[in-house]
Amino acid sequence: MRREIVLAGVGGQGLLSLAAVITSAAMNEDLNVKQAEVHGMSQRGGMVESHIRLSDGEIYSPIVREGTADLLLALEPMEGLRHLPFLAPNGAFVGSSVPFVNIPNYPPLEAILSEIGKVKEHRLIDALAIAKQAGAPRSANMALLGAAAPFLGLREESLIFGIRSVFSGRLKEGAIEANIATFRLGLDTS
Amino acid sequence: MPKLFLLGDEALAQGAIDAGLSGAYAYPGTPSTEITEYLLKSPELRSGKITVRWTANEKTALEAALGMSYAGVRAMASMKHVGLNVAADPFINAAISGANGGLIVNVADDPSMHSSQNEQDSRLYTELALVPCIEPADHQEAYDAPGYAFDLAERLRVPVLIRLTTRLAHSRGPISRREGRPQNRLRPPEDTSRYILLPANARASYADLVRRQREFVRESEGSPFNALFPGEDEGLGIIASGIAYTYVLEVTGGAPRYPVLKIGQYPIPTRLVEGILNRCERVLVLEEGYPYIEGKIRGLTPRKSPEILGRLTGEITRTGELSPRIVAEALGLGTEEVRPPSKIPVPRPPALCPGCPHADTCRALKDALADRPGGRVFSDIGCYTLGALPPYEAIDTCVEMGASITMAKGASAAGLRPAVALIGDSTFTHSGMTGLLDCVNEEADITVVIVDNLTVAMTGGQDSSARSRLESICAGLGVEPGHIKVIEPLPARHEQNVAILKEEIDHRGPSVVIARRECVQTLRRRVKGKEGG
Repeated sequence: MRREIVLAGVGGQGLLSLAAVITSAAMNEDLNVKQAEVHGMSQRGGMVESHIRLSDGEIYSPIVREGTADLLLALEPMEGLRHLPFLAPNGAFVGSSVPFVNIPNYPPLEAILSEIGKVKEHRLIDALAIAKQAGAPRSANMALLGAAAPFLGLREESLIFGIRSVFSGRLKEGAIEANIATFRLGLDTS
Repeated sequence: MPKLFLLGDEALAQGAIDAGLSGAYAYPGTPSTEITEYLLKSPELRSGKITVRWTANEKTALEAALGMSYAGVRAMASMKHVGLNVAADPFINAAISGANGGLIVNVADDPSMHSSQNEQDSRLYTELALVPCIEPADHQEAYDAPGYAFDLAERLRVPVLIRLTTRLAHSRGPISRREGRPQNRLRPPEDTSRYILLPANARASYADLVRRQREFVRESEGSPFNALFPGEDEGLGIIASGIAYTYVLEVTGGAPRYPVLKIGQYPIPTRLVEGILNRCERVLVLEEGYPYIEGKIRGLTPRKSPEILGRLTGEITRTGELSPRIVAEALGLGTEEVRPPSKIPVPRPPALCPGCPHADTCRALKDALADRPGGRVFSDIGCYTLGALPPYEAIDTCVEMGASITMAKGASAAGLRPAVALIGDSTFTHSGMTGLLDCVNEEADITVVIVDNLTVAMTGGQDSSARSRLESICAGLGVEPGHIKVIEPLPARHEQNVAILKEEIDHRGPSVVIARRECVQTLRRRVKGKEGG
């Protein structure tokens, strides 16, 4: 088992929490894990990315090589498109169709979605609508996690374990359940 | 003990705790901040076993650690690479005075300048100070490094620098913990002359330090951080340091066909290097940062001189960080087909947060200077540096910590008026106060705007050393109390704030305007806990 995953989004979208859930789930399955993340200025509404590598064998580098990602998880369409060079030819793109517009010159959304549409295996979901439906509007990242679950190679119960372990202590029990509910709704779209 | 999954920074911090750390001092700076953040959350801090403090700057951090080491216990200072410039004086002189209790200096370099103004390589400072350096290759080594470095520092009686780079500092990996070691007891040095660097003493100590360099090299030869691995194909040899070593393993599936010399401890292990130079026809050097090893080994004279390839010969890019792809290409290994980057995405630069007080200050300052043409705003390192970008375009410089005030003073002396300095509260206490004292003594015609958001915001909201005492600090430095004004940067107060800024800019002499409003990020965290995922 080996998975190369790249996460892309904007500061404040919960990308690092999402990465933590995936790594926690993978460790729950006794996989070897390495993860790289970008800190610093990117927290100020700039681009954020994280690389996750999972394997039952040895992992050396914490960085995913361009052209090798099995999964590109995009919390935001333009950032997803920007990171497309990481995706392997037969890799899967799972992303939110909801743009995060904090710049005056955000490109036309249709052009972005149409480029993403050229990826053979792609899933675009309205992650925000799903999160609202679950009653947790700030948990769009968990909707994406659900939609991406089939490509992660991790068991559903491990991912739920990951959500609980990452948010326990940080969120109230009700909010954790709402995050899990969003995850399940995301899973239904997959 | 169970495995932990930690950032490189955190692994180092845990390793230090488990190696009998007594105290840690730091000034925040990406990518080093999480070392100290981790210590501040540790049970050892809560129980009062260890001392952990954010300090005014890197120099005061290292000096405090040196004092702890003097007392006989294990201490460390942590900083980003440019912070070592600020701490260079104690760093280099602590090599002469020497360490008593283990003393380590953790420095996180930032090749590719993800969050920095340069990509200087801290290994060169260890050459200047003549002290050993440990450069971990992975998370386990980042955990193991402090314990090894404390022992080494106590054995050799000098400080040891641990060098991290961004990709290790800010990636997570597994570590296995070892049994904890007790802290040292208080044991001040018996020979105090070591610490009195009068020329007569310093000459002797320096000569001793120089004489012992061979011993330091022997330590490197036998270090577990250095190793020479044989390979079947001696047409090429690889020297790889730090994280570059893991990239070599990555692209060769863990089994390179060429001999590999892994370097993780300096001074450079000469005999190991000669071993690979004598054996191979060509040698490729892979290192993060400057071509440091590459330059040094060109000076060695092995029996047979191989061709040496690296950053100096163009096989590896001279600037910027390494990646597995760069390493694979340099080794002539096939690399994956990569989709061409899409032309549609536009840059998404970082920006001031909605509601940020700096935004209001930038607008007010711009309006205050609008009818005073020829004025310039000398700024500094912090979130407000983003005031350089549209829509504000309110600052003209950002060079290094504290340079705003002193550059404004120099420009004013040259006749450039109005000369305004824009500096944050923490940057002011880090390196701005001494410059303001110069301004007072010279009666410089400048206005210093201190944007006081009550925190070190850029690095995630650490405690600011200013602690809302800026008025009394400025008055104490000699600024006339009548020209120390406090404004609240809010849209509703814009006109009033512009008027105050104009008044102080027009004042002939040093004046200070403190724009005080709490950072919206720390305010949000303080007022309510996080919701959502």
